[in-house]
Amino acid sequence: MTDAIKLKYIVSPDDFTRAGEASSDVKGKLKKMGIEPEIVRKVAIAMYEGEINMVIHANGGTIDVEITPSEITMVLADTGPGIKDIEQAMQEGFSTAPDNVRSLGFGAGMGLPNMKKYSDEMDIQTQIGVGTTVTMKVYIK
Amino acid sequence: MLLKDFLDKKIFAVLNEGKDLDRELTKVFCCDLLSIAMSKAPSGSVWITVMGNVNAIAVSVLAEIGCIILAEDANLDETAFAKAKEQGVTVLKSSSPIFDTGLIAHNLLNG
Ligand SMILES: Nc1ncnc2c1ncn2[C@@H]1O[C@H](COP(=O)(O)OP(=O)(O)O)[C@@H](O)[C@H]1O
Ligand SMILES: [Mg+2]
Repeated sequence: MTDAIKLKYIVSPDDFTRAGEASSDVKGKLKKMGIEPEIVRKVAIAMYEGEINMVIHANGGTIDVEITPSEITMVLADTGPGIKDIEQAMQEGFSTAPDNVRSLGFGAGMGLPNMKKYSDEMDIQTQIGVGTTVTMKVYIK
Repeated sequence: MLLKDFLDKKIFAVLNEGKDLDRELTKVFCCDLLSIAMSKAPSGSVWITVMGNVNAIAVSVLAEIGCIILAEDANLDETAFAKAKEQGVTVLKSSSPIFDTGLIAHNLLNG
């Protein structure tokens, strides 16, 4: 635990051109560290979906990443509108994304399900009008 | 087949020649929804889509896609082009529909 690496990213609101920068950066760093490709892929997918959600649904936010020899923890925090019904939001295909977002290839309602699938642990804390914090962990075997 | 050998066939117009031309192409993958493409496209795949935006480039980097072919004469917009250059993503173009483009690419890979 002594050699934990901590990274912090700011996700800008409504900036689709930059969405993916944080996940790409983390992916590059994990690769350089020699982490197994399958684990890097899980982190990249889970984090990119979370990053996109912050851009689309929550006016941006921050992502904190901590890498230890045993796991990678991502904390995605925003001060957006919050999620009314988490169970519904977790269903494949459920989406409140507007049409302009759909025409970019997003808004398929697969984001949260993908995040759940590709992380080993996921926790969502959300409050209407206050914001959402998603914490995901990927284990390094 | 290596990406450079695929390019050497000169079947598709090249919008951007990326890095890592010695990488092995694995198979053809078709889908326009980015969440699906990101989770299902195999590493090294030839991804056929009409999404020529910057997010498609981000997805192909994250999923380690071999190259993108934009079907239906879809355009790579300016930001996407800059991102493809910066990230070294190879992007090709075809005037055929998605299935036909995929079939041509499949036959090239397996022929
Ligand atoms: N950070 C967030 N803040 C507010 N709402 C969110 C957030 N993330 C997800 N949601 C809600 O959950 C729904 C489902 O999310 P997701 O599965 O990623 O699908 P999509 O992003 O394609 O709509 C979204 O449409 C949105 O209503
Ligand atoms: Mg989403």
